[in-house]
Amino acid sequence: MSRSIPVKDRIGHFLPKLVLSPSLVFVFVGVYIFIAWTIWISLSSSRMLPKYDFVGLAQYVRLWSTPRWHTAVENLFIFTSLFLIVTILLGLFLAILLDQKVRAEGLLRAIYLYPMALSFIVTGTAWKWILNPSLGIQEVVNNLGWESFAFDWITSPTFAIYCVVIAAVWQSTGFAMAIFLAGLRGIDSSIIKAAQIEGAGLPRIYASIIVPMLRPAFLSVVVLLSYISIKSFDLVLALTNGGPGSSTEMPSTFMFTSTFRRDQMGVGAASAVMMLMTVAAIIVPYLYSELKEGGHEH
Amino acid sequence: MGKLEINRVQKSYGQAKVLKEVNISLEEGGFLVLLGPSGCGKSTLLNMIAGLEDISAGEIRIAGETVNDRSPKDRDIAMVFQSYALYPTMTVRQNIEFGMKIRKIPSKERSAAIEAAAEMLQMTDLLDRKPSQLSGGQRQRVAMGRAIVRNPKLFLFDEPLSNLDAKLRVDMRTEIKRLHKRLGTTIVYVTHDQIEAMTLATQVAVMKDGIVQHLGVPQEVYDRPANVYVAKFVGSPAMNIIPGKLVDSEAGATVAFTLPNGKVGRVSGIALSDEARRRYQDKPVLVGIRPEHFTPTKGEGINVGIDVLEPTGPDTLAVFSLGGVEVIARLEPFATAVGEQLCLAVKTDKVVLFDPETENRLN
Amino acid sequence: MSTDLVSRQCYRLLGRLVIYGGLVVLAAFYLMPLWVMAVTSLKSLDEIYGGSFIDFPKLVTFDAWAKAWGTACIGTVCDGLKPYFLNSILMVVPAVILSTAAGAMNGYILSKWRFRGANIVFGLLLFGCFLPFQVVLLPMAQLLGRLGIAGTIPGLIFVHTVYGITFTTMFFRNYFVTIPDELIKAALIDGAGFFRIFFSIMLPAALPIIVVSCIWQFTQIWNDFLFGVSFTSGEASPITVALNNIVNVTMGRKQYNVDMAAAMIAAMPTLVVYVVAGRYFVRGLTAGSVKG
Repeated sequence: MSRSIPVKDRIGHFLPKLVLSPSLVFVFVGVYIFIAWTIWISLSSSRMLPKYDFVGLAQYVRLWSTPRWHTAVENLFIFTSLFLIVTILLGLFLAILLDQKVRAEGLLRAIYLYPMALSFIVTGTAWKWILNPSLGIQEVVNNLGWESFAFDWITSPTFAIYCVVIAAVWQSTGFAMAIFLAGLRGIDSSIIKAAQIEGAGLPRIYASIIVPMLRPAFLSVVVLLSYISIKSFDLVLALTNGGPGSSTEMPSTFMFTSTFRRDQMGVGAASAVMMLMTVAAIIVPYLYSELKEGGHEH
Repeated sequence: MGKLEINRVQKSYGQAKVLKEVNISLEEGGFLVLLGPSGCGKSTLLNMIAGLEDISAGEIRIAGETVNDRSPKDRDIAMVFQSYALYPTMTVRQNIEFGMKIRKIPSKERSAAIEAAAEMLQMTDLLDRKPSQLSGGQRQRVAMGRAIVRNPKLFLFDEPLSNLDAKLRVDMRTEIKRLHKRLGTTIVYVTHDQIEAMTLATQVAVMKDGIVQHLGVPQEVYDRPANVYVAKFVGSPAMNIIPGKLVDSEAGATVAFTLPNGKVGRVSGIALSDEARRRYQDKPVLVGIRPEHFTPTKGEGINVGIDVLEPTGPDTLAVFSLGGVEVIARLEPFATAVGEQLCLAVKTDKVVLFDPETENRLN
Repeated sequence: MSTDLVSRQCYRLLGRLVIYGGLVVLAAFYLMPLWVMAVTSLKSLDEIYGGSFIDFPKLVTFDAWAKAWGTACIGTVCDGLKPYFLNSILMVVPAVILSTAAGAMNGYILSKWRFRGANIVFGLLLFGCFLPFQVVLLPMAQLLGRLGIAGTIPGLIFVHTVYGITFTTMFFRNYFVTIPDELIKAALIDGAGFFRIFFSIMLPAALPIIVVSCIWQFTQIWNDFLFGVSFTSGEASPITVALNNIVNVTMGRKQYNVDMAAAMIAAMPTLVVYVVAGRYFVRGLTAGSVKG
């Protein structure tokens, strides 16, 4: 029950809104006006410089007839699904292991989570070196005696995208783990005791009672990881720079290169709008439900 | 110190009317308890007196001055909250001092006022602690201390004892009463606990659905509740409300009840105006009898069969059926046993009658 | 009976073994890139091309660090990362302070001085947290140009502050919501006004969330690449852009040790913050998942 607290004084009444509005104006211009602006550009014939004419959906038609964009969308799909599945499974696994009253939990948690503190550029740089076939993992395993071992995905147009998945999973698992762990800690331990008294074993308890109770955590993780994957740009750029060729192109890199490198501003804007629509389709229902049920408490 | 007048005050949020015409007048030095269940509008009314919520219609006067358009700080009031509302980052001393600092009271006077309040509430040794280091009762004291140093015209208490455990609640209740005696300040006190209302108030306003159901001194509210709602809300166990019929009789008004065995029991000698007697002659009425107004008798009375006994220590609650409803009587321990037939006399001067439709009191 | 007990203890032991085994193996996996970066940065180029990338250096040398910091070439300038590190600091500090201050005020208003439509405003702000920034790059470039701060550090400060406010407002709003309204009422009756309540009561109580907000903003802004690469070039670039240039633009034999040293330098500030105040970092991270 948080009702407004009216203040009688005239100035006092408007003061909160007055203080709120400057930053609000900046943010609303920066978000909503700029979205509209980008949509406008996407409907114009802009190339190197913005041109405010109207060509209908021509840029969208061009976008969807660009093979590079198709690669980008396909890659996004492969990347997002693999990235989500692996990160969630690994994160959940780690959270469950950590929830078994282990020693040095704090240290272990810190180890799994530190990649989140790094820039994707750093992550990309490190993994580029590790995955490099002539000096990286492949070489180490070969030297160990397994001469035929080959791990040269990063130079292969077919497999390079999986390298991006590996690096992204490495960076984000800790995040999924942290949310799952918070969810696990929020579960009333008497539920586990009750199930134990009924004779259920620990794996069984997790599979049929605890994991289903983590539904809100799953929802959050899926939504936030999807968001990370759609906007992921730095990692691809640092790890593969979209290559070999354009085999690891993603919508985010496509937008960037079209706009800033190829002077196709209209197409770039159209691709940005496509990205926004994808994100909005995931985020808006999520925010709506969170705001509605979350209400004012928490 | 001041008189409080609440004249035709209303509150609405959009279409929803939360308070419908409240009229209360509280004499200087009085102790008004707003009593009711949650959602009855009692806290809203208190917030309006404090100036924390707008008044939709009507006026509120403190010490003769209309305060409708004054901000809380200009109303010369102090308030104690249910959650204590102590500023978490300040020490007890700073908490008490905060309001005085804002009012630019010189530091010497401030310290004197703090010392005095701390002594009065026996918390001198707590002054340098943070609220998080205090127990619930101690926090309550600090909250009261913060209100006292302001020396306001009007004290407002918003369910101040609800967060305390039962034992502490009784102690603090006594303390608030003592404080009121000592300071003589006018107090408005919101609670849902009818015992607090009975023990503290000089005036009780029982509220429900944004309407004051009964405004009066506690004993009157208890003895002669304005309607069935008030009758049931005040007193524990609640007043028995038994369907009966007003019948013709020589000895004052008489009501007849149906007994479980099909026979008819009568209670005679109830005070009722001639006009009401004529109007309700041979018509159904609701009969209100407090549990303590039943006594076992060898003479004339109602014969009932005891279904359940609940010993409470000082007395025993006997449950039986009368007029088709469950009725509770407060009897001496071991006065009866389960399954026994018992003849009960009723203190007729304490019986109240209600209209079954409007549920308002008749006599 | 006793065999039952023994087998049960065996199971328990086995279970523990699996748990710790899993945890340790995965910990090694997560530490490996950091290890590789560290050892590579301490090796000479000859050792890198001659030996295994995972071994500890036979001869520890800080040459690569010195080069990455002071003399590595980025584009045509060979001053190392130093100037760009400074750029990042000049960008991060004001942006963190500005966005946290604005967020604290906004959160205070949106939780304690609610007005009609406050929830909608908050919802619209929240969506800003999830904005794919590609969709604002073009207009922002235009705006920065018109404001005359395109390609400059103040320009980046502006951009990061604007988009950071969405997060900081969320942090503070969700934190202040948990502070009882009665505290505000008590302060109002005590005679405190809008600003007094904010500075004397809310802000001192908000210390933990101030730390969370600062750390979150620091990490986000320091690690940002998209805004940096889109709105700056050359000498005004932040460190992430410079790092990417060092790594991607090299001639001759690739100097992996310098690359790794540069990556370590770029990662150092956020890693230090993480080690010192990890608890608050995690809180910021999970705050994004439980909004209300």
